[in-house]
Amino acid sequence: MAVTIIYLGPLRDLAGTESTEIDAPLDWKALLDAVGPDVADQLLQDRVNIACGGKVLADKTALAAQDGDEIALLPPVSGG
Amino acid sequence: MIDVRLLVEPFSPNAFVGPFTNAHPGLGGVCTFVGEVRGEADVEMLELSHYEPMTLPGMETLADKAAARFDLMGLLIVHRAGQMEPGEPIVCVSAVAKHRRGAIDAVDFCMDHLKSAAWFWKREKRATGWTWIEPRSDDYADLARWQKTEPV
Repeated sequence: MAVTIIYLGPLRDLAGTESTEIDAPLDWKALLDAVGPDVADQLLQDRVNIACGGKVLADKTALAAQDGDEIALLPPVSGG
Repeated sequence: MIDVRLLVEPFSPNAFVGPFTNAHPGLGGVCTFVGEVRGEADVEMLELSHYEPMTLPGMETLADKAAARFDLMGLLIVHRAGQMEPGEPIVCVSAVAKHRRGAIDAVDFCMDHLKSAAWFWKREKRATGWTWIEPRSDDYADLARWQKTEPV
C-alpha cells in the first residue's frame, strides 16, 4: 500500500505530474525528500498548505500519513 | 434553502436564480452577483482547477457561515471549474433575506471568500501560453475586512 500525493495548481507544473504514490508511512521529512527540490522549496513556504484525507493540517510538519491516505499539496488559491 | 453547485459545463445564471428566488415567497430582498471571464486583449481561455475532496465541501461550509451570519432566508452559490472563454459566467451568488442589508452583505462576503479563500486554482491562456493567477493584494484586503469584526 502507499500514500497518494496530489499536486494542485502550479505545483502540478512544477512536479510535472498530477499525482504520485509513495510508500507509507510518510512524514514531513520523507515528503520533502519524495517531491523533489523544486516542490520541496514551495512546501517550506507558509503560503503552501498540506491536506491529509481532505483536512488541512494546522502544522504541516506534523504530517503522519498512513497506508491509503491521500495528501494534497495546496498552493495559494484563486477563484471567482 | 442553501444550494451550492460546482459545475464543469457552461451555465446560465438566470436558470438558477429564477427558481431559487421563487422558492422563497415572502422575501424582502434578493441580491445577485454574476462574475464572468473578463475580455482582455489577448486572453484566450481561463481554466479553474479544483480538488474534489475539498472544493465543494469548502463552498458548503462558506454558505452555511454566510447564511447564519447574515440571517438569510436562502443562499445560492454556483461556481464553474474547467475551461472558460471570455464572456462566460464563472460564478453566481444570490442571497435572499427579509431585509436588503443581509442579502447585499452576504453576497459581498461570499465573493470575497470565493476569490481568495476557496479551493480553486486559476490560470489563463494567452498567445504566450498558460500563466497561473494568484489573488491580487486587493483581494486579500477585501477578505480581511470580514475578519476584523468576526473570525469566519
